[in-house]
Amino acid sequence: MTEIRMKVNGDVESLDVEPWVSLLDALRDRLDLTGPKKGCDQGACGACTVLADGMRINACLALAVQYDGSEITTIEGVAHPLQEAFVRHDGFQCGYCTSGQICSAIGMLAEHASGMPSVVADSSELTEAEVRERMSGNLCRCGAYNGIVDAIMDVAGKDAR
Amino acid sequence: MTVTQSEAVEERATGTTKYVGQSVDRLDGPAKTTGKARFSAEFPYPGLTYAAVVHATISRGRITAIDTAEAKAVRGVVDVLTHENTPPMKPVPKGIPTSMNAVFSAMLSGTSVNYLATDEVHWNGQPVAVVVAETPETARYAASLVRLTYRELPATLDFAAEEPKAEPQKGGLMGGASTDKGDAPAALAAAAHSVDLAFSTPPHNHNALEPHATTAVWDGDRLTVHDSTQGISGLRKHLSQRFGLPEKRIRVLAQYVGGGFGGKGSFWAGTLLAVLAARATGRPVRLSLTREGVYHTVGGRTPSTQRVALGAGADGRLTALLHTSVSRLGQVGGMPENITGSSRHLYACDNIQLRQSVVRLDLLSNTFMRAPGESIGSFAMESAVDELACELGMDPIELRARNEPERDPVGGKQFSNRRLVEAYRVGAEMFGWRERDARPGAMRDGRWLVGMGVATAYHPQMLMPANATVRIDAAGKVVVQCGLHEIGVGAATAQAQIAADELGVPLGSVRVEHGDSDLPQAPFAGGSVQTASAAAAVVAACAKLKRTLLGLARRSAASPLRGRRLEELEVRDGGLYHGGRGQTYAEILAGAGRGHAEAVIKANMLGFVAKTVRDTRRYVKAASGAQFCEVRVDPDTFEVRVSRWLGVFDVGTVINTRTAESQLRGGIVMGIGMALSEQTLIDGRDGRIMNPSLSEYHVPVHADIPRIDLHCLNEPDPISPLGVVGVGEVSITGAAAAVANAVRHATGKRVVDLPITLDKLL
Repeated sequence: MTEIRMKVNGDVESLDVEPWVSLLDALRDRLDLTGPKKGCDQGACGACTVLADGMRINACLALAVQYDGSEITTIEGVAHPLQEAFVRHDGFQCGYCTSGQICSAIGMLAEHASGMPSVVADSSELTEAEVRERMSGNLCRCGAYNGIVDAIMDVAGKDAR
Repeated sequence: MTVTQSEAVEERATGTTKYVGQSVDRLDGPAKTTGKARFSAEFPYPGLTYAAVVHATISRGRITAIDTAEAKAVRGVVDVLTHENTPPMKPVPKGIPTSMNAVFSAMLSGTSVNYLATDEVHWNGQPVAVVVAETPETARYAASLVRLTYRELPATLDFAAEEPKAEPQKGGLMGGASTDKGDAPAALAAAAHSVDLAFSTPPHNHNALEPHATTAVWDGDRLTVHDSTQGISGLRKHLSQRFGLPEKRIRVLAQYVGGGFGGKGSFWAGTLLAVLAARATGRPVRLSLTREGVYHTVGGRTPSTQRVALGAGADGRLTALLHTSVSRLGQVGGMPENITGSSRHLYACDNIQLRQSVVRLDLLSNTFMRAPGESIGSFAMESAVDELACELGMDPIELRARNEPERDPVGGKQFSNRRLVEAYRVGAEMFGWRERDARPGAMRDGRWLVGMGVATAYHPQMLMPANATVRIDAAGKVVVQCGLHEIGVGAATAQAQIAADELGVPLGSVRVEHGDSDLPQAPFAGGSVQTASAAAAVVAACAKLKRTLLGLARRSAASPLRGRRLEELEVRDGGLYHGGRGQTYAEILAGAGRGHAEAVIKANMLGFVAKTVRDTRRYVKAASGAQFCEVRVDPDTFEVRVSRWLGVFDVGTVINTRTAESQLRGGIVMGIGMALSEQTLIDGRDGRIMNPSLSEYHVPVHADIPRIDLHCLNEPDPISPLGVVGVGEVSITGAAAAVANAVRHATGKRVVDLPITLDKLL
């Protein structure tokens, strides 16, 4: 067992975890923060996306012990206009990918603002194509992609077509 | 953060404005965007344990030895359950079912295998042991330490190799297996123009983003199960039969289900093993399947081979229509899919021949996946119609219009609703179809080849019996109780809209309780039946409640409603009115000294069956639509990108425009996946699924999906409750064909084997 301390959604949490416990399992099973979802447990779906010190990460691919001393934000700790925008634009159906989509979008907007490049040719402006490219690590099997992009464009201050 | 029901809608809808037909925020929106919505693996219980499944690694044989010593020695392991030490479940029910639920209990058993009660292995991936431990990590690790020894038996695994030996399918619940009208082979031989194409479609898996999960808790002889199911009451019945427990002692809860698409419609190993493990260990058990575990224990869509042959005169009128299919079942379960079913209804033709055959392999059973049968059947049929249009040099929309039937082509029944020609006309205008240059490869956008394709969507509509209770309290708050499933379709929101309109109350004062087998029973969420079926019960319950309330009012001498009949009253502003005079429900209840009033509707099975028989004798009822797809194809790499989409649908009355359109979009997205990337790869040598993951089974991602425009014709179906025809499945039908037809237009190449990958175009 290793004792770790993380600031999770603003509260300092102390946890005794085995070194093999993923950040996702620590959040879900030890802290009862079940907002981050487990869709694949291998970094392929993005449903587990949380913010670690402001960066979006797949919590299923992270070990809890790696984040000793970090600040973690899960959907439960998010208060962002994206949440209302997702409802308004119907950016989800079953809701299982939604926590990850919203956390990922928050991280993505920060990445874009900081000048982080993408493969889309002109990435200085946040176009729909940019958003689609940068959000492609977050799967939605219900197919709510149009609504998700609309919600993000809406909040990012662009006209969602 | 507070996300409340949209104020704008609230304002528009007070007074006489109706909620039905509006764009309304999902009632579960706040729960799902804040992480508060809990799914089946997310309910904490004191003493909760975690289960992990050990899967067989051979396709057929017997277990000769099972060594659990090493697994049991891991600290934190509670028990390792195998066929050698586990009190068995009762076998999967057979024989004569005594009720509708019993029918479903047997029919919806994913397989006939009694897990952990046999040393037999029937497919590669079958559960053969379950580890129960104090933590999920311990359970997973210990599961890897269980050692199995097998005696292997020969297995039949290769669909392509066995397909020529397929046997004719017997008729069944999923529809008749063959249809003959006229002499189609002779008419085909004599036709002036014809196409004759062989198609293949691969197996698919649902990949709902929530892997199947169960939390099972025994309390003496009472059982509580949180399960990611599309059928809570059917599951309760099945558990009752398998565990020898009266249904009233079982509660199945599924308030939120993380997608289903048919994969959570049957009862699969994970659910049963969680309940079994909880009984064997005396501890609450949570069993969340791994993604790979879902592939190994929950069936997917059958692969198929199909032939479509069409004959026509120079005017494009069909003279022969032949559609045959071969699908795959497991040796231990599965049902034939009605792959040629829609081909009975699409085109006027004097000579029609439909045939379906099946092979049984030593693989996990196939199961329903969004529009089972019609999704892959429409790919073949609608591709062939497009090819005939090419052969004739005729516009594919014009060809379809010329063959639009007045009545059902087989049997001559009326269509209860049929607006396909209108859907194409409206769609062609919206999509700019006129600008299409019909010559293959003639349209370019820069270096990209541009293609435009259309296809018809068609999905039959059914109803199921449903029960509902509607209650109103002295403050005018309404509770609708109906055991609906919220798998993402906005089921509760739609019923709240309906109840608000029926009672003339604000949407905000209606709450819908769902996802609990203790509630009045609703149908399963499948076959596109849920919304319309539940609507019938909710409307009836609201009508009964209004009669009850009027009865209370009429007892009061002072009531302005005294002497009035319900038929002459207006329902508005939370009450009943005649002209300007009336009473709110709250006033009626206060006047009668009542705290609340309630109406209970129990489906009258005899009446339901009688109406169903009457309607199906007279009518053919379906959701339908016209799919318009535009693709860009790279002329060097042949990469295909879907660049535009329009779907025009006839789905009867639309309850909630926003959620209905989302659901229709979702079907199209899954159809695009089917067209371009989705396939489950099975090793023909050992029956192992080679790509059981979301990194190797490619579902569409954000970057794959363009703007999808939708238009619903929104005409009520005359024989459905509120005119509603289900929207759950129709939009995947025709979608893959629309892509294939657009690719044909862009490249001149007809791809007949899904998915349309680069190698098939190079």
